[in-house]
Amino acid sequence: MNVTICVNGEQRSLDVEPRLLLVQALREVLGLTGTHVGCDTSSCGACTVLLNGVSVKSCTMFAVQADGCNVTTIEGIGTREDLHPMQAAFWTQHGLQCGFCTPGMIISALDLIRRNPDPSDAEIRAGIEGNICRCTGYENIVKAVTVAAAAVRGA
Amino acid sequence: MIPVAFHYIRARDIPDALRLLREGGEDAKLLAGGHSLIPMMKLRLATPGTIVDIGSVPGLAGITHDGMRIAIGALTTHAALAASRELQEHAPALAQAAGELGDPQVRNRGTIGGACAHGDPSADYPAVMLALDAAFTLTGEAGTRDVGADAFFVGMFETALSAREVLTSIAFAAAPNSAYVKFHHPASGYPVVGAAVNLTLAGERISAARVALTGVGDAPFRAHAVEAALTGAAVTDAARLDAACRAAAAGVDARGDAFASAEYRAAMADVFVRRAVAAALQPR
Repeated sequence: MNVTICVNGEQRSLDVEPRLLLVQALREVLGLTGTHVGCDTSSCGACTVLLNGVSVKSCTMFAVQADGCNVTTIEGIGTREDLHPMQAAFWTQHGLQCGFCTPGMIISALDLIRRNPDPSDAEIRAGIEGNICRCTGYENIVKAVTVAAAAVRGA
Repeated sequence: MIPVAFHYIRARDIPDALRLLREGGEDAKLLAGGHSLIPMMKLRLATPGTIVDIGSVPGLAGITHDGMRIAIGALTTHAALAASRELQEHAPALAQAAGELGDPQVRNRGTIGGACAHGDPSADYPAVMLALDAAFTLTGEAGTRDVGADAFFVGMFETALSAREVLTSIAFAAAPNSAYVKFHHPASGYPVVGAAVNLTLAGERISAARVALTGVGDAPFRAHAVEAALTGAAVTDAARLDAACRAAAAGVDARGDAFASAEYRAAMADVFVRRAVAAALQPR
């Protein structure tokens, strides 16, 4: 089946089987391996991407359902030379150890600050409830989101 | 995990979806947000031959309130319900349940219609729907029928919705004194106990009460004895409200598991019903 998805601002046409998950289309067809597969059961959030601007779990969606939609992955939010403030804050605040959960964590945090530009620690924890990190204990992730939210607000 | 291969068709509108369901026969299944169906397909617990995607059917999402009744389009996402000021004010139980289920990504994509049609007996919504006395509008090729929540939730993953119908909307009377309070399972996020309360007040007294629980037994149920005991109580009579909320799970075979024994669940049913009554009476 032919689908057209605008991925990170670029129209991509793909010929996919209906059962192909969006995360597989991103990783295996388009080669965008920044979006990770952790649990594959809608729990861990490693596969989180923005679909038309809101966070979704790309392991719980067929690529055909994204036909005509905008998808933003971790590759689409900043560059190596010009990191997004959220990426920069995860770096400066040590918001990661192994880094496996980080792409999904960053995308979820972006969805949170879209809805709530100045979140409290409790609101940040609620906002990343759908993302599991097994290394950090979340402490520095919360700090990173706080710092990034301030940077994005221009505070 | 890779689902069994299926034929995928996107429906343009409801008549189109109904035609595709008929043509797909026994093997056809509706897909909305996919957050109940896709996980089951990945586990191959569901193996539909045809998927009819109604996710982009126009006019099926949104909240309307005519002053008396509130109608929710089946494709309205949990996130939209949770964020709705209309619901926070006029049916807080539903906004609270929508905001507490799953996680942000699930709420962004999952729909109320899909969740209700899935018929998961331990989900959050059935208790709220019972407390709100919601009517489910089911549309088939022969016409439309309304089914009340008491008759809609039939059993385990079974509802009154037939394989040739689409759940198009859910409507209920405004319920400003309603609340849903939930004991989250720390891992799954499902309700260990979820209590929904909808009180009608006449001055300082409760003139009618609907109380429903989920997570406790094999199916959501109304706590009729609690409803009767609450009726007539003064909202300031804390001792009577406490007494009314006892034995909420009486007569129900409470479930026990590694996280919560049957006795504990039954005890928590009382605690969470009492909290929901207090929340429903909270001035806003």
